[in-house]
Amino acid sequence: MAGQVAARLTLEGVCKAFGPTRVLHEVGFEVGAGRVHAVIGENGAGKSTLMKIVAGALPADSGHMRLDGVPFLPHSTIAAREQGVAIVYQELSVCPDLTVAENILLGVEPTRFGLLQPQAIEERAQRALERVTGQRDRIAVHTLVADLSPAERQLVEIARAIAAESPKLLILDEPTSSLSAVDASRLLSTLRQLAAEGLSVLYISHFLEEVREVADDFTVLRDGCVVESGVIAATNNDALVQLMAGRAVTRAQRSARSVGEVVLQLTEVAGVRLPKQASLELRRGEVLGIAGLVGSGRTELLRAVFGLDAVLSGKLRVLSLTGSKAPSVRLSQGVGLTSEDRKQEGLALALSVRDNITLSKLEPFRRGGLLSERAERSAAAHWVERLGIRCRDVDQAAGELSGGNQQKVALARLLHHDVDVWLLDEPTRGIDVRSRGEIHALIDSLTGRGKAVLVVSSTLEELLEICDRIAVMRRGVLGPAHPVAELSEHALLAEAAGA
Amino acid sequence: MTTLLRRPWFGPLVALVLVYALFAAVSPDTFARAVNLSTMARQTVVVAIAAVGMTYVIIHGGIDLSVGSVVAVTTVVVAQCLRAGYGPLAASGIGVLAALLAGLVNGVLVAHLRITPFIVTLGTMSVLRGAAKGLANEQKIDADPRGLDELMAAVPPDSWQLLPTGVWIALATAVVAAVVLRSTVFGRHVVAIGSNEQTALLCGVPVPRVTILVYVLAGALAGLAGVMEFSTLTVGDPTDSIGLELEVIAAVVIGGGSLAGGQGSIWGAMVGALLMTVIKTGCTHAGVPNWVQEILTGAIIVIAVAIDRFRRR
Repeated sequence: MAGQVAARLTLEGVCKAFGPTRVLHEVGFEVGAGRVHAVIGENGAGKSTLMKIVAGALPADSGHMRLDGVPFLPHSTIAAREQGVAIVYQELSVCPDLTVAENILLGVEPTRFGLLQPQAIEERAQRALERVTGQRDRIAVHTLVADLSPAERQLVEIARAIAAESPKLLILDEPTSSLSAVDASRLLSTLRQLAAEGLSVLYISHFLEEVREVADDFTVLRDGCVVESGVIAATNNDALVQLMAGRAVTRAQRSARSVGEVVLQLTEVAGVRLPKQASLELRRGEVLGIAGLVGSGRTELLRAVFGLDAVLSGKLRVLSLTGSKAPSVRLSQGVGLTSEDRKQEGLALALSVRDNITLSKLEPFRRGGLLSERAERSAAAHWVERLGIRCRDVDQAAGELSGGNQQKVALARLLHHDVDVWLLDEPTRGIDVRSRGEIHALIDSLTGRGKAVLVVSSTLEELLEICDRIAVMRRGVLGPAHPVAELSEHALLAEAAGA
Repeated sequence: MTTLLRRPWFGPLVALVLVYALFAAVSPDTFARAVNLSTMARQTVVVAIAAVGMTYVIIHGGIDLSVGSVVAVTTVVVAQCLRAGYGPLAASGIGVLAALLAGLVNGVLVAHLRITPFIVTLGTMSVLRGAAKGLANEQKIDADPRGLDELMAAVPPDSWQLLPTGVWIALATAVVAAVVLRSTVFGRHVVAIGSNEQTALLCGVPVPRVTILVYVLAGALAGLAGVMEFSTLTVGDPTDSIGLELEVIAAVVIGGGSLAGGQGSIWGAMVGALLMTVIKTGCTHAGVPNWVQEILTGAIIVIAVAIDRFRRR
């Protein structure tokens, strides 16, 4: 691999176990100076744990790390940061009540006589931010982070990571999962730029296309072990997927679809802020995709249809009812929604898998005035088996499951409710390849039973794979729906970005 | 101008001016007199000093229900020390120290046992109330104040001092606390933890240490408020200041404090404390019965916060 390049970070025999569970076993590889090194693998392969060890957030049980040839044993994230190793986590991690500059220098504030130096803080923050965005005034350093978009927050986090005196290694854990395609590709070119300046990058991702675009080298982890390391250009995606899964993953076969009556009709619908204008028709037996940038109003459109947000003007007809209705009415009509924000909105994480599945429809379990736990449990167990949800039992807290399994629980709720119109917001965000395939297969099977699916996704490849027609949302305005046969990723991206 | 409007204390200040003007119009001969300003400032001192500490606690994302009990303990400790022959300064110092230790206990329990602040301070509220009664043998402790009563005594109209010493102490406390909150690493870290504790941890903020320090600070300031309370009462009273914590929390919340953490302002809390005194005093001057005052105060708290939420949209 990076034979001619000096090693920045060397890992040797790194092991980690949580109780009896072995998470990492004898992990060893090398990250070259100025190289972008992708760590790929399915959910649960141990990628995040490994990154936490490198970043000093977790201690390794055994093994060695060397940074620029010197033994590297960070006992805390701050110690790692002082040595030039910083991490950007998958979940956005910023303080909304502090300004951009205050966030960037949080924990390493310059002081004089015990007082903060606001001038120095702003200057250093400005420098780091310019290096990340490549522009002078993309984000003003004195704005409150609460006022920034998710993509801008991400940039603030990266600026924070490289604001150290001499950044050597930047670790990014799924940095693009909350970004739109355009912001994601901008981030990737920023990373290329930083690498060209000599920074090394450890990059975790599920998106192989992205890895191919940004990374020089790769390491595949499976069940806590290194399966293979190498130069990315010398391999292809099918081979990588096979290494990650340990077997060839077959793409979901798409069944022949026959469409029925119109179940959802929007005519120039406008919400309070977003969407500005949306017209569409969704029929039974079809999957309609909505592409567009993050913040273009896709989520707001689904929320308006489901009655979570107000509709200000336009005509909205769902099944037999015209006009805006409350979510409870929508559900009883047979309309269901899964949120893009699994942890905050989609699931009650502290509740059990069973409670999460049955929450919206408890009537079948009523015995007299009481709920029959037994009936509930067996209904939940049915869906757990149907969808292959990996959990200890149906009483396990939903928060303890992996992302892919949590998403299946959210979908199981709609199955249990037996809704006819499925509104899915980013149904496969941040979940592993196998679960994604299973969810795609589930969506496909719905069409065969006459259900209608409206799906929002930032992954164009995914939309092209599962949808019959795709419409693009741009700045709150929904474009016409095109049959997928006439579309390409390039065409969709161009329409979304207004090129 | 817009930056002024966005200051958290701006809304409450407008409310304060309006309420003051309203009562001044209703009772121009009594309420509007200059000497009444000094009296109201004096009556606000105890709540104001405790509210400085509470502002830190609330910005940090916590709550301290033990304030009233700490104040009572402090009055008893100060009275007992004076009776034992200590000078006024030593007695006050020991009183504040006792309060600081109570804050330390709160802080350690919150930071290291990871019990929610509400529960911890609900417990210490009762523990300290009991301790105060035990220390005082369940009765009021009379003691010669040896000049401590001067802190909160009204000053003659022509005095160079203008306001009672206690008011100046409260103001000085607020100034120092506002500077520390705004311009020191400690202050910045308090806001960061309240805003997003996880992020603060990841950025290397020493979360447990800052947490303990916040509760120690709140305890010490409640102790200082207790010294002022003793100065007013001139007895150590273990049953004093029951429910004071709610008034203190109300002051902070009226002043823009968010119980979710990350937001709050020392000056907002000062204005909040003053607003409640003005309502009380104004109602008394206007002959409004006590029960109406209580309804009014409660309504103002909810309305203030509702307006604040609306403004932030």
